Order: sequence, then structure tokens, then C-alpha cells
Amino acid sequence: MNISEFTEREPGAGLGLKPQHYDDALHCIEEGLWFEVHPENYMVAGGPRLAWLEAIRARHPVSLHGVSLSLAADAPPDQRHLQRLAELATRIEPLLVSEHLAWSTWNGHYHPDLLPFPRTAAALARIEDNIQRTQERLGRRIAIENPTHYLRIDGHEWEETDFLAELARRTGCGLLLDVNNVYLSAHNLGFDATQYLSRFPVDAVMEIHLAGHSRDADGALLIDSHDAPVAPAVWSLYRALIDRIGPRPTLIERDDHIPAFAALLAERRHAQDVLTRRRTRMERTA
Amino acid sequence: MSALARFQDDFLRAVYDVPVSDMPVSDVPAADAPIMPPLDAQIAAMAAQPGFAVYRNTILKGCVDALQANFPSVARLVGDDWFRAAATIHARASRPAGASLIEYGADFPDFLARFAPARELDYLPGVAALDRCWTEAHVACDEVPLDAAALAHVPAAALGDGVLRPLAAARWRWFDALPVYTIWRLNREARAPEQPAWHGEGALLVRQGGEVRWFGIGRGACAFLDACAAGMPLAGAADAALQAEPALDVAAMLAMLLINGVFAAGHDSFPFVS
Repeated sequence: MNISEFTEREPGAGLGLKPQHYDDALHCIEEGLWFEVHPENYMVAGGPRLAWLEAIRARHPVSLHGVSLSLAADAPPDQRHLQRLAELATRIEPLLVSEHLAWSTWNGHYHPDLLPFPRTAAALARIEDNIQRTQERLGRRIAIENPTHYLRIDGHEWEETDFLAELARRTGCGLLLDVNNVYLSAHNLGFDATQYLSRFPVDAVMEIHLAGHSRDADGALLIDSHDAPVAPAVWSLYRALIDRIGPRPTLIERDDHIPAFAALLAERRHAQDVLTRRRTRMERTA
Repeated sequence: MSALARFQDDFLRAVYDVPVSDMPVSDVPAADAPIMPPLDAQIAAMAAQPGFAVYRNTILKGCVDALQANFPSVARLVGDDWFRAAATIHARASRPAGASLIEYGADFPDFLARFAPARELDYLPGVAALDRCWTEAHVACDEVPLDAAALAHVPAAALGDGVLRPLAAARWRWFDALPVYTIWRLNREARAPEQPAWHGEGALLVRQGGEVRWFGIGRGACAFLDACAAGMPLAGAADAALQAEPALDVAAMLAMLLINGVFAAGHDSFPFVS
């Protein structure tokens, strides 16, 4: 079996690609392995960054996970940004393009975070339009991720799960379910993570994210810091979810305190095992 | 204005609307502190929740981390604490224009030139400018460099009328009176400090084979590259170089630039050269 046959099979558990791991990632062969990058780091005219990404793409499926399209801003997506994203997608032919239910660009400035908003009917209409514009420009379905919440905001008219389901229904977009974000939001805002997951429109889920988190200085809030291994409680939610909905491409995110590639690979294998066991069970019952 | 737009305006005001006295470096000119009307009571209540600090910290950390990544020589020279304090002040005043944060910091060298606590470090803006040159060379478009040997086939009579176009991945700077290139190079290469000779220096950065390399060049070479970039034919560019540096060996300088692949291949003005 050649490499491309191997890796183009069913995407299983993937890893966020870090520059310090390019060589390891390039030569790694594992069942179901794929990589995810933030397109913002590769929206450049040329040079080694793009060359590295293209080399990885030649051997592995790659997903583009945007952090800055600002779909929840009360403005259409920045045309230049969308253009550069489309060019990168043409070049990389990603497995998936995803973004967040959040905003980050406003009045011509980028504020590097995933910012919250009141989930109103007007916001729903704006985000619906922004997703449509993005999908039309890219010529493909994108997936929208549930962000981590830290604030109680007045004026929500929709539950987040219903809001996401409605966006998927209206635009045909997929969803990216970040289980760590659900766990953190549930802790920070005081709701039940399992109940949230039971209401999540799982039929639209195209990808799942898992990541580690930390506590803020006061110890009261959990922060989506991506600086630690996935927590045991998040693994439990994940196993129960996969057990219920079946296997979905799953990504381990790590953006700080980055360990050796082997350590990330071990964490990835844990997710791959969950997926493989579930797939085997499906095949047996089929 | 829609309710969502107003929320977004107010949210960002609450993010950035922190009293200047809370800043880690206190030498901020009073004129830089904006006088703002008080926040809407609902937004003020939201901003008072502990969770709001997470957004405020994440946004500023994202900007400061990007500046530190983009200006590593400056950070090494002044130390992390000083750098991050200065970068925080800059980030609050000059927010990223786009999400590709490798492009962030175009005006950071100018900020350092005006920044009172950096007044003694007169070479610092130049060092920042060379870090910026490195980034620009690193992300510039891919082009085939002009093969120096191919230029030998151009008839001598046609040579002076030809135009050499520097690669998009080539950057150069001349610094009057200050050894900015040496200071930058020692820090970029993480070398031990040396006492540089205190005179003007030029720097050339060019991406070759996926890697940005750097060279010290003279005032004449900088003038030559400026003229080439402006589209001036070779003969005129050589004159400009000699005017800037009368003792310059133009042939040796040109050979050095050609060997290091500074010019783009396939330019119309050199039809014989591919």
C-alpha cells in the first residue's frame, strides 16, 4: 500500500500541526492520521511556510481551521481575507474548512480571540448570510465550531445548540463539536455538559475537537488554553459521545507548552482507539 | 446602528478601556490616553464579570506574542519583560489590521523611535526594521532568481540598458552612523555581544532556497538596489551607486549581488536571460 492510499482512507484522529513538528509529521504513518492548521498562518505570498504545508499535504489529509473570519460580526467577511482563504484552499485541497461561532474582526481591526455575542434573531440572520457568502466563495460546505464561554450575556434569544442547528438547517453548513469547549462552558456558566451534548445536532457534526485546559488565577474559571493534555473528564464525555453518535474525525489541539511529537501522537492514538473500537462495533452489527 | 454592532463597539471599548495607570510601563504620554464617555451600564456590568478579563488578556496576549515572534532581535536586546511591556503599549494603540499576525508590527519600528523609554537605545528602531525585513523576505512570493552565469551571454553593449529587478524576497537598508546591522546580526544569530565599530552600515536580506540569509553591504550597494527597484537601467543604477560611494568597485558589488541571487530571472529587459 502506498502512502496516499493509506492516508486517504477514512480520517480518524488528527493532530494540530506545529512548526516544530514538521519533520516528524511529514514522515509519520499511522492509520487515520491527518493534520489541522490555522489558515491565517499560511496566508502568505510564498516561502517556506507554504512549502512545508504543501509537503505535509502531499502525504496527509490537512484541514483548515480558521480563527478569524469573524462570522458573528455584524458585517460581511473581509473580502481580502476570504480571497486569501480561497486561494489557500485551492492550493491545499483541505479535508475540511472550519470556523467559529464568534467574532474577532471589527471596523478594520483584528482582535485575536473568539468573542461572544447575544444569540438573537438578528445575529442568526447575519451569521447565516456570512456562512452562505463563505460557502459560495469557497465552493464547499464549511463547519462551525461552538466556542468556549466565560461570560453571562444578557439578551440571548436562542440556546446555543438550537442556534447551531438552525444555522446548519438554513445554510447546509456542518458543525465542529469541541468537547473541551462544552466542558469549559458548562463549568464557567454552570450548565450540564452531558445535557448540552444530548441536545447538540449531532447529525451535522463533521469533526470533533479535543484539547487541554487550565484554571485562571482565581481558580474559578476554566480557560481554553490548549496547553495541557486532554483532561480525563473530557475524555469521558468524548467516549460517551462517540459511543452514541458513531465515529467522527477527531482532532487533538495543542498550542502551548508543546511536548515532543511522540507525546501528542500517544494522545492521538487514544482517540484513534476510541474511533476504531466504535467502527469495529458498527461493522459487526451491520 | 444595529444592536449587534453596538454590542461589538461596546465590547471592544470595554476590552481596551483600561486606565493608563494600570499599564506596566508608566512613561505613556498623557496625550495617548483617550478620554472616553462612561460605558453603558449593561456592558459595564458584563465587563465587571471575572470572565471578561479572559477576553481582555487573550486579545492583548495574542498581539504581544505576535510582536515578540516578529521582532525576536529586539526582544533579545531589551529582555522579555521590557519588550512585552513596550509591546503591550503598542498593541493597545495600534491593533492588527488583519488576522495574518505575521504581518503585524509594520509600525513597531516607528513606535520604538518615538517611545520615550527607548530614547537611549538609538539603534533599536533600526534593529526592529531589520526584523521586519526578515519577515517580509520570509513570506514574499516565490520567484526564480537570475542565474549570474546567464548574464554573461548578454552582449556587453546591451548590458547598460538592461534592468535588474530585485526579488520580492530581497530587502536592504542603509543606516547612517549606527552599526545597526552588526547589532541586529549578533542578536538574530544569538551570539555574545561584541563592541561594534560605531559607523554606518547597510544590510541585505534575501531568501534563498527557503531560508532568509543576510549580508553586510555598503552605501553604494544600497543605492544601487534602490535604483534597480525603481526600474532604473543598469548603467544609471551604477551611477547612483558611485554617487553614494565614489570608491565603490561596481563590478565586484554586482558580482556579489548576482552570486547571492538577489535579482529575479526572466525580466523583459534581459531577453537573453532566463
